[in-house]
Amino acid sequence: MNHSETLRQVQQTERQQAARLSTQRGRVQVLNRIELQIGRHQRLLVLAATAILVAGSLVFLNQSHAAGTGVQLESPRIDQGNEKSLQRGAQAFVNYCMGCHSADYQRYSRLAQDAGLSEADVEDNLIFTTDDAGERTKVGNLMTNTMSVDYARQVFGVVPPNLALTARSRGVDWIYTYLKSYYVDPDRVGTGVNNLVFPDTAMPHVLWNLQGWQAPVYGEESHGTRPITGLELVEAGTMTEDEYDDLIADITNFMAYMADPIKLTRHRIGIFVMLFLFILLFIAYKLKKEYWKDVI
Amino acid sequence: MSANIDKQGEGLMGWIDARFPMTKLLEEHVTKYYAPKNFNFWYYFGALAMLVLVIQIVTGIFLTMNYKPDGDLAFTSVEYIMRDVDYGWLIRYMHSTGASMFFVVVYLHMFRALLYGSYKKPRELLWVFGMLIYVALMAEAFMGYLLPWGQMSYWGAQVIISLFGAIPFGIGDALTIWLKGDYIVSDATLNRFFALHVIAVPLVLVFLVIAHLMALHEVGSNNPDGIEIKKNKNAAGIPKDGIPFHPYYTVKDFMGAIVFLIIFFAIVFFAPEMGGYFLEHANFVPADPLKTPEHIAPVWYFTPFYAILRAVPDKLGGVMAMGGAILVLFLLPWIDRNPVKSIRYRSITYKVMLFAFAIAFIILGYLGMQVPTPTGTFIARLCALIYFGYFIALYFVSKSEATKPLPERVTK
Repeated sequence: MNHSETLRQVQQTERQQAARLSTQRGRVQVLNRIELQIGRHQRLLVLAATAILVAGSLVFLNQSHAAGTGVQLESPRIDQGNEKSLQRGAQAFVNYCMGCHSADYQRYSRLAQDAGLSEADVEDNLIFTTDDAGERTKVGNLMTNTMSVDYARQVFGVVPPNLALTARSRGVDWIYTYLKSYYVDPDRVGTGVNNLVFPDTAMPHVLWNLQGWQAPVYGEESHGTRPITGLELVEAGTMTEDEYDDLIADITNFMAYMADPIKLTRHRIGIFVMLFLFILLFIAYKLKKEYWKDVI
Repeated sequence: MSANIDKQGEGLMGWIDARFPMTKLLEEHVTKYYAPKNFNFWYYFGALAMLVLVIQIVTGIFLTMNYKPDGDLAFTSVEYIMRDVDYGWLIRYMHSTGASMFFVVVYLHMFRALLYGSYKKPRELLWVFGMLIYVALMAEAFMGYLLPWGQMSYWGAQVIISLFGAIPFGIGDALTIWLKGDYIVSDATLNRFFALHVIAVPLVLVFLVIAHLMALHEVGSNNPDGIEIKKNKNAAGIPKDGIPFHPYYTVKDFMGAIVFLIIFFAIVFFAPEMGGYFLEHANFVPADPLKTPEHIAPVWYFTPFYAILRAVPDKLGGVMAMGGAILVLFLLPWIDRNPVKSIRYRSITYKVMLFAFAIAFIILGYLGMQVPTPTGTFIARLCALIYFGYFIALYFVSKSEATKPLPERVTK
């Protein structure tokens, strides 16, 4: 009796001790887990820091270029894959722009290839220049013009810039808005026009007979000057406003193409390269897992 | 006949090994180089930097075949490469993207060293070689950026070289003329920068990379726990927490390299200008010594230091601050006096300091690209103070810092 009671007591104490031990062990485990979590948090912190680093650098990229003048630039709806638009743009470009500007990084033959034209089409419709020897410019040549540097200086005071890369230096929005922003300004000697995007530009309004003439609309006087708030058409051209906007969008599209003629090919190849790399990544990931499974 | 030849081993390897320590080299640096098994995300960037170096050298060789280092022809020859050379655009974009990605990778690689104290004893020389690589890389990038001969190339070089003019006693002016080979940046400057960019600096870079790797393999890699795995070796003398670099880290780095290449080629194929940060818009206009661009900003990887330069009102002071910002990094192993390497076991004070330092560096980088404004200059001064303050505070904080106990073995 006594003996069995003692035994029971001992067993009870043992059980209690075991219970206490297990709670202690539990606490230790909890503590371990907390420590582990702290370790994980630290890793999270490091990851968070990385995320902030990456996000910070992405903020840098969120800025548009071609600032400088305070004019709000308009974005044209253009598509480098639209061959008809490129053809119209090229036609307007060689007729209206290349009298004074050159684009001699671009070859006519490349234009033919990319705008869906035959070389004969280009020779017959788009080449109006001759080389130094007086021979007609060949289709494999660069898109040069025939205005001499001295003559250009006499007429404009500056040599009209090469336009082949303007879409990359100024941006397409700038070109499009520039071509829309000419207005009559009697103070400008010689050209009689000014431009909102490029104040005091030396270039006359070459497309005037298509667009017509615009006059400035002035706002409230402040600080002694009256700011120009907009432009209105005062003399109609041969085109309606929509037709003119379409034309300059085509010119802009052509200039965007000319600045980066490989763009569409680049995108097409890029997609295959990405596909290939993602498949390779999958294989590399499996390979790594396989090799690392015995690392503990 | 030497003893080696007498004991020549089997096959081709045996023949080579009797004449050149091929197997010995491979074992020392690859198959029996034991690296800690707990490398994390941050440990990809060393191998990636090597990958970018190779990309730059290979694409650079092909660019040199068509590029003309001549003031009248340089810009046109780049456009020729972009349009008329077969896949010239791909080679050029890989090279221009590679330049920026080199700095992305190197900055992350350096930040890793800060996080886990990889510059500390016994890795001081490893860090110094790394810093020399960084300086050589900056010289390489700066000279390479002149070669397209665009407006930003030209005026960026003009501004940076003119900084040397701040050195007093007539040395500065003489030095700038000596560097340019002319009174302005000109054809002479372009030619010497070309020579330095394609021969001199790449050679220095490659030698420094070899020295960096030799130093690394001598002392062994650090790890995110910042403890020395060589202190715990098994009976065969192999660190218990070490795994052979090949195949474990070769397969792991291969995977990392593919992730990197996905990002790299996404930029090359879909956004090579990277919004004007990798290829600046003004650089699509040929260099014109008579026309200064509206806003001259160096490429993004130099802008933190450029912001420090502009934050100081005095020209000489600014140049010294800028130079000091780079030089102070060389001294880091001796500024940080705490023997605990990894940020995991350091005090909260240190963590806050390092975080503030990184943020200040990024803000400086952003401000260096912007047109200076009074607010911008104020913030730049604040960040420059944080930048230098980090090193000063570190010297004192690290001495009496409450650190956590280090583990015996590396943790998962």
